[in-house]
Amino acid sequence: MSDNTNRREAMAGMALGACAAVGGVYALAGMKSAWDPLPSVKAAGTTSVDLSTAEENVLYTEKWRGKPVFILKKTAGMLAKQSNNDKKRDLIINGSSYLVCVGLCTHLGCIPSYKAESEDFLCACHGATYDISAINTKAPAPLPMLIPPFKINGNTLILGEAGDEYNKMKEAGVLGKTPLDPKA
Amino acid sequence: MAHFDENAKPFSEQWLDDRLGVRTLKKVLAKEYWIPKDINFLWAMGMLLAITFGILIITGIILLMHYKPDTALAFDSVNYTIMQEVGFGWLFRHMHGVAASVVFLLIYIHMFTGIYYGSYKRGREMIWLSGMLLFVTFSAEAFSGYMLPWGQMSYWAGMVITNIFELGSLEFTGLVEWIRGDYVPGDAFLTRFFMLHVFLLPLAIIGIIVLHFGTLRIPHVNNQEGEEIDYNAEAEKYLAGDTAGSKVIRFEWDFLSKDIMVLGFFLIFFFYLVFFHYDFALDPVNFDPADGLKTPAHIYPEWYFLWSYEILRPFDKDIGLMAFGFAQGIFLALPFLDRSPNTKPAHKRGLFFIWFWVMVIDLIVLSVMGKVPPIEPFGSIGFYSAILFFVLWIALPIITMMEKKVK
Amino acid sequence: MREIKIFIVVAFFTGIIYWGVEPFAHSQMHAHVESGNFEYKELKEVKAGNAKHGEELVMSNCTACHAISAKGMAAPMDAVTSAATYGVNPPDLSNAGGIYDAKFLAAFIADPAKATNTSHKFVGGKMHPMPAYNWMPESDIADMVAFLKSMAKEDITPKEVFTDACGRCHAVRYDNKVMGEKWTQIGQKPKFKYEKESLAYDIKVIDYQDALAKYMGKLPPDLSMIIRARGEHFLKTFIEDPQSQLHGTAMPAVGLSEEGFHKVMKHLENVGDPSKEARSHYGQYFMLFAIIFAILAFIWKQAVWRKLH
Repeated sequence: MSDNTNRREAMAGMALGACAAVGGVYALAGMKSAWDPLPSVKAAGTTSVDLSTAEENVLYTEKWRGKPVFILKKTAGMLAKQSNNDKKRDLIINGSSYLVCVGLCTHLGCIPSYKAESEDFLCACHGATYDISAINTKAPAPLPMLIPPFKINGNTLILGEAGDEYNKMKEAGVLGKTPLDPKA
Repeated sequence: MAHFDENAKPFSEQWLDDRLGVRTLKKVLAKEYWIPKDINFLWAMGMLLAITFGILIITGIILLMHYKPDTALAFDSVNYTIMQEVGFGWLFRHMHGVAASVVFLLIYIHMFTGIYYGSYKRGREMIWLSGMLLFVTFSAEAFSGYMLPWGQMSYWAGMVITNIFELGSLEFTGLVEWIRGDYVPGDAFLTRFFMLHVFLLPLAIIGIIVLHFGTLRIPHVNNQEGEEIDYNAEAEKYLAGDTAGSKVIRFEWDFLSKDIMVLGFFLIFFFYLVFFHYDFALDPVNFDPADGLKTPAHIYPEWYFLWSYEILRPFDKDIGLMAFGFAQGIFLALPFLDRSPNTKPAHKRGLFFIWFWVMVIDLIVLSVMGKVPPIEPFGSIGFYSAILFFVLWIALPIITMMEKKVK
Repeated sequence: MREIKIFIVVAFFTGIIYWGVEPFAHSQMHAHVESGNFEYKELKEVKAGNAKHGEELVMSNCTACHAISAKGMAAPMDAVTSAATYGVNPPDLSNAGGIYDAKFLAAFIADPAKATNTSHKFVGGKMHPMPAYNWMPESDIADMVAFLKSMAKEDITPKEVFTDACGRCHAVRYDNKVMGEKWTQIGQKPKFKYEKESLAYDIKVIDYQDALAKYMGKLPPDLSMIIRARGEHFLKTFIEDPQSQLHGTAMPAVGLSEEGFHKVMKHLENVGDPSKEARSHYGQYFMLFAIIFAILAFIWKQAVWRKLH
């Protein structure tokens, strides 16, 4: 068999292989698309909460992306006692200060309960506690409860979209992704 | 303990050969799997079937991610979620539906190629039988799959086909209800056919395909003249360098290169159907959600079941059922009904050539009659075509016994 | 050579099966109905009318039942009560002049049952919920039609046409941004936060549908997938004259103009077959890929088989 024939065979074979590979890549890309979250799932990524009738010192729990979100309107007494870090985590909605955070313990994900008398949170699973701004005050909680992306529209709180106030908190490092001193 | 080359680098060919026998595997399955040279493009149908089955599995896997096997959710999971929400969902659904229909075109071409060239005869009976078993399992797979979108056609086809099991005058109503899991096709019916379609039948099909490949190995693939080739002698010729004179070719890449070329032309046809001409496979009637209180004006099975359906239709209940049962099984008996000593293409077998083409035309006429409303003249044409089907099978042993041995 | 001959034989028989099972069989199942292309040839011409006079007439004669939001007239009753009273919710007339054929509008105002080809329903004392205005002089009716045409806005969207012409009888559950916020006969179902509100809305829809089913004889079907279940030709002839395809049906001829019809089709396509454009777009690329693949495979096969011939 001549070398030329062999080479022709090999070149033609490789051209075909390349064509098939290109097709394969596009096929895989298409299949990957089929795995993507559906538009209806992505649309359910924001939740609006109307706070015009919110009462002080009452914990409201909203569902956002399948997770509980705590909303607590703070009393004047709470505001007087809180630390600087606490203040930095306040959401000001229509003149009032609110705690807004994902209601999951940063240890292993249980939902802490709010103690209205002592104005703090206690997680029943392993005894972690958080202060009025959900900053962790006792082990085994490693971090403050996370503040979700939010946007403020008058009396309405929109969860799931990052507004200006959220971005400012992000830059200040108070969202809960890094440890905070509850007394500072 | 087998011999191991201590110096072989891990995962090199020698290393793998010592542990898995890869060199022998490569010889037996690819490089020295000898195929006759005297074949035509019809011999590529097997590969096209394997590829189409592969397309069905891959598109099926994606559809399976989003389909909901619940009578309240099924229709919308297919026609809204998959067709409108899932990325390229419409494409995967179209490919799955069109492939499911085209696979039967390929099966029939493959089957009738085998009948024409006598590839079911002497030594190849198991190939034929395993192939017919594949036809039966693919039919069950197609039927169960058609139930899943839960459209009007799904529901009423399910109703009609399960009613067959009443077995006419035997009135096995209990059996019908047991098969359905309910009095009528409902949720229980849907979920069990989902199980069959997604798990049990594909598993059976894959097993029988492996068997089908196994049955090919010893008798070897047939050739256009039905010649019995001395594979050892011809292989020696090829390996000595006389590739033009040898009567055999290698599976890899000689046979495969032609297969892949035929595949290329097939894909042009296939994609054309998927994107531009799919109503034959995605019947409009099935885009109406299932309604147990309203039968569509026209119910019909998919095209590949029509000949079978038409054999049932013209006769009275019990006779029709017996005819239907006969039609399903008779092809399996082909190797044993053909009494001639010749493994030759049909055009060298006198009356058998005529038998073959009359059969093909009869099945086509039955298919068309099975689709049109059973009014005259279609009713009569269907009736006589069904009778002809039985006459042909009764005549086969007689015709073939009369065949003289062809050199 | 031989293989081409074999291919022609296979292609021939495949073609015959296809022809017999598809175009031929379907022609036997459904008689072909010719389309009138929305010309409404059988209806009388309407003379140009005085829109100002028409406005007076419409305001005094029609607003007892019909809303006209373009002129600030709200519907006299809510949808559910309307359905209980009339069988169906009378449409808002703001865009009627831009959706329906002028000849049809005139004929309809004069005699609703006759114009919609539903006289067969109103027998044995039953009356069409809208009274006939054939006691009015033709010029008055022409004036009302002129007014309606002048009031209709320029760019009516496909969905708006559907809402007016079809949406008071037909639900479309796929007409939504997310599953659940669907088009119902009483309007687009909003997003409810609380399940109780959502269920209350659903009950209102069911009440409406019960009244509608009683009036029509059967609940008109959800049209989400109708574009693929029936196809363009059937829908064209059916919408123009329902009796031509389904004799005895309760569906009225709605009198859409040709433009109105095309917009309804566009809406039905949007909700039932939004991948239509993507199909032709990607189809071209897939065919191109397959052709290139086939050519390269052919070249390779030739190269491999050189030594075998």
